[in-house]
Amino acid sequence: MLSLIVFLPIIAGLVILAVPASQKQIIRIVSLVAALAQGVLAVLIWRHYDPTMAGIVAAPGGSPVGSFQLIERIPWITLDLGTFGPLRIEYFLGVDGISITMVLLTALISIIGILSSWPIQKQVKGYFILYNLLATAMMGCFVALDFFLFYVFWELMLLPMYFLIGIWGGPNREYAAIKFFLYTLFGSVFMLLVMIGLYFSVIDPLTGQHTFNLVAMADQANYIKGAILGPDSVTWRYVAFIVLFVGFAIKVPMFPFHTWLPDAHVEAPTPISVILAGVLLKLGTYGMMRINFPLFPEVFQAGMYVIGVFGAINIIYGAFCALAQQDLKKMVAYSSISHMGYVLLGLAAGNSEGMLGALYQMFNHGTITAMLFLLVGVIYDRAHSRQIDKFGGLASYMPVYAGVVTVAWFASLGLPGLSGFISEALVFVGAFREPITRPIAIVSVLGIVFGAAYLLWSLQRMFLGKRKPDALYELEVDAHGHEHIHFHDWKGKLDLDARELTMLVPLGIIVIALGIYPMPVMGLLTTSINKLVQVLAPVAMSAVH
Amino acid sequence: MFEMPSGAEIQSIISILKGGAGYFVPEIYLSALFMVLIILDLVTGRKNGRFLAMVTIAGLVGSLFYIFKQQAMPDTEFFFGMYALDRFGIFFKYFFVASGILAVLTTMIDTPLKKQESGMGEYYALLVAMVIGMMMMASSTDLLMMFLAMELVSLSAYAMTGYLKREIRSSEAALKYLVYGAVSSGMLLYGFSLLYGMTAQTNLTRMAMVLTMHQYDPLVMIIAVVLIMAGLGYKMGAVPFHFWSPDVYEGAPTPVTAYLSVGSKAAGFAMLMRFFFVAVPHHGMDMNVSPLQIDWLSILMLVSAASMIYGNVVAIWQKNVKRLLAYSSIAHAGYLLLGIITMDQLGTQSVLVYLCAYLLMNYGAFYVTILIANHTGSETIEDYKGLGKRMPLVGAAFTVFLISLVGLPPAFGFIGKWMIFTALLGKGDLFMWLALIGILTSVISLYYYMLIPLNMYLRESERQDESEIDTGLGAKLVTAVLMILTLLFGIFPQSLINYAKYSSALFGALLN
Repeated sequence: MLSLIVFLPIIAGLVILAVPASQKQIIRIVSLVAALAQGVLAVLIWRHYDPTMAGIVAAPGGSPVGSFQLIERIPWITLDLGTFGPLRIEYFLGVDGISITMVLLTALISIIGILSSWPIQKQVKGYFILYNLLATAMMGCFVALDFFLFYVFWELMLLPMYFLIGIWGGPNREYAAIKFFLYTLFGSVFMLLVMIGLYFSVIDPLTGQHTFNLVAMADQANYIKGAILGPDSVTWRYVAFIVLFVGFAIKVPMFPFHTWLPDAHVEAPTPISVILAGVLLKLGTYGMMRINFPLFPEVFQAGMYVIGVFGAINIIYGAFCALAQQDLKKMVAYSSISHMGYVLLGLAAGNSEGMLGALYQMFNHGTITAMLFLLVGVIYDRAHSRQIDKFGGLASYMPVYAGVVTVAWFASLGLPGLSGFISEALVFVGAFREPITRPIAIVSVLGIVFGAAYLLWSLQRMFLGKRKPDALYELEVDAHGHEHIHFHDWKGKLDLDARELTMLVPLGIIVIALGIYPMPVMGLLTTSINKLVQVLAPVAMSAVH
Repeated sequence: MFEMPSGAEIQSIISILKGGAGYFVPEIYLSALFMVLIILDLVTGRKNGRFLAMVTIAGLVGSLFYIFKQQAMPDTEFFFGMYALDRFGIFFKYFFVASGILAVLTTMIDTPLKKQESGMGEYYALLVAMVIGMMMMASSTDLLMMFLAMELVSLSAYAMTGYLKREIRSSEAALKYLVYGAVSSGMLLYGFSLLYGMTAQTNLTRMAMVLTMHQYDPLVMIIAVVLIMAGLGYKMGAVPFHFWSPDVYEGAPTPVTAYLSVGSKAAGFAMLMRFFFVAVPHHGMDMNVSPLQIDWLSILMLVSAASMIYGNVVAIWQKNVKRLLAYSSIAHAGYLLLGIITMDQLGTQSVLVYLCAYLLMNYGAFYVTILIANHTGSETIEDYKGLGKRMPLVGAAFTVFLISLVGLPPAFGFIGKWMIFTALLGKGDLFMWLALIGILTSVISLYYYMLIPLNMYLRESERQDESEIDTGLGAKLVTAVLMILTLLFGIFPQSLINYAKYSSALFGALLN
């Protein structure tokens, strides 16, 4: 089942390969069908999933697959290392509370992304092949439970993303694409070394062999004393933690590794921005929760404060930068940085509330930011500009658009009743509870104020107040005295059309529904988060040593 | 001094030679093919390029049968300990035949060589001679034989490099290659003679026995090792013996460049491994061992680090694809050396796997470079603009080969790099630093490799020509097969990993 959900897009990609490039509609439909099938599978997995099973780590002495669900496990590569014994790499998939949340999000965003890609006319065939490759890689990352397999999927994302930004992007796309590629590759190649080092240090308790199995790696009892990343090798464990953390932090992106993100977003076409903000950034924090923290819990304990500080910098610095932007898309990009800061802060708290808030925030940020980028795309399609000060009084001509924008904007600033509020509140509760992160939490609250400031300010400047009929659009007054607005570059319906509503309304409903009743998602992850907190807690570690 | 052997002695020599010939069948077969090609060239006319290419491919494929038959034979040394039949040698025999076949395939599509007025007869004969020479480089167990094998490769290579007689660049490249080659051959030979002077042996195994049992002057030993390293480093294209390679790679006909960059490089590595692992025994990074044995390891470490850094950094500024690939091949020599300095079976095994990956991805890259040059008449990266749309398969394949050269999954190159790094880690801090250099330079390499897809896909050609370029069915087939193999082995490398292990088992006992 998981293999199917991972490889469906790539199968669609192969089908598209056989379709002649001129058959654009068929290509789009094939991709959409694959994404919808992925969505159906995701829902089935969701229904099938038993939220009482924790996952995260194997029970001591228990099966190496732990309490993961929908497990698929077959040997893949075996390499004889002489005295070290054989190196076994497995094709090992499975879900727990952390990953199923992300699987649902990925499936949802993939569908939205395809719908949003509909108007793309340039090299449609190549576009959808790359898109499908990317979709497979993302999904694969979230369900892989073998570090090697995870790494393969992780690296597989880079190339399609490079081309999707580089070919279908804006004027400065070359720079943005290669910057994205180099930044993320720089982060991940060091991960390769840590991965190999971990392999030498971990033993699968059942077989007694070295393993890349992440479930076994999450149990500190499986580390060998004297190995390079064994329990007594303090320095190397710190180095490895930092290396992994930087690798994931680049993806989040965490200050000071964030500079690729605004460039990538500004140049990327709308659907790719949606994917990037909706799913790819989550891979960074997912990697921390799945790999970085559970594998090195004692270093995590020592570094909570630092992680929290970086989270706070992200929140406030991101908000400040957003406040200063003239380009609406850049503003949304910086708001992403700010909102991913909440995730970091929640993780830094290290308790159930914080972690729960962080994971829930990852899901909510995915849906909300997808909406934000889609909405930015809507106005850019019509006016070929995203300069905030070029617009004014849009609400009177695009009332539906303005309404959806308001929902998304308010969800983003964390208005109670919308999903973003619950996750941010949980993050703050968690961070405030721990004495160590309490001051950080207090400072970070400022981020909410600034967040409200840039969001409300942009809303006010673009949608309220005086109309600005200038280079972008002009007003016509007809015989009856009614005013009509015309964007120079736009022949279609002024307000949201059916396709745009199909993308935005479901997202809006999810945002509102999860704001009122969060349990459908929250219920999935609680058990796993509690287990994760337990794995990370100092008590659990002292029991081992 | 030298006495004429008696009749009985001659009889026994002949019988030994006869006995050894049974283990020498692939080489004899290919020598016959070499002569057949020369005769065929004489009896068929000038316009016989295609025919000769077909004969060469058929002949090389036929040799696989004889190599396959050797797999059933036990490991043995013959011809008075001059030559060996072992799993390691057989692996490289397959490898060199494959690279020979690929060389013929690349030659068949190369326009400049097709237009060559004086025909292609000697070319294919030389190509086969080089295959023989490379096989002998990998299997020789005696200093003299090693030197002869290497000269056979070099001489064929000089002639092939200068094969485009009307092209001044080609002649210049050949001359440069010859001059550098002559100097490094001289150094190699000098190093060999020093070793012989110390041990009075030319057979590698016997030399190792003498070296472990007797005292020798460490200074002489270091000089000998450095000189030999220089000779081999020239073949491998490693820094600081790389100076010939960018010019030669650029000037030589592209199929020859590809052949040199894969075949003769691999032969250099095969010889290096056999020489250092067998002749100069090493006991790991144990400081109690005599200083000499660590010394050649540190020399290799330095050469490796320098090659990775120099090759990858200088490649950034290249405008010509062939030059870019030349510097990249210097860098890859560095990565391959990383596998050797681990001094264990896993390292050796990973070198073999890496070489297989390198065969596919580097040949692939040169193959598509030729396809592009045939239609644009240029090897400048700038002229690749907008080609991705006009040559969809070539563009996709080129991207796959380059990704593999960077070492990104799911391409085969990743498996090679990953194995080498796995072999390096857990060996100590010094090796960790080398791994770090390897990792960092890989990131650098991404930048210049990606310049090619960048121009092919991200930039538009000024010429506004959008029509698809037809490369022909055969070329498409070869490109697709190389691309699919690069990906297939990247996802399912197990069989090759096992075969490489089997082939390197010979050194396993020596090293571990």
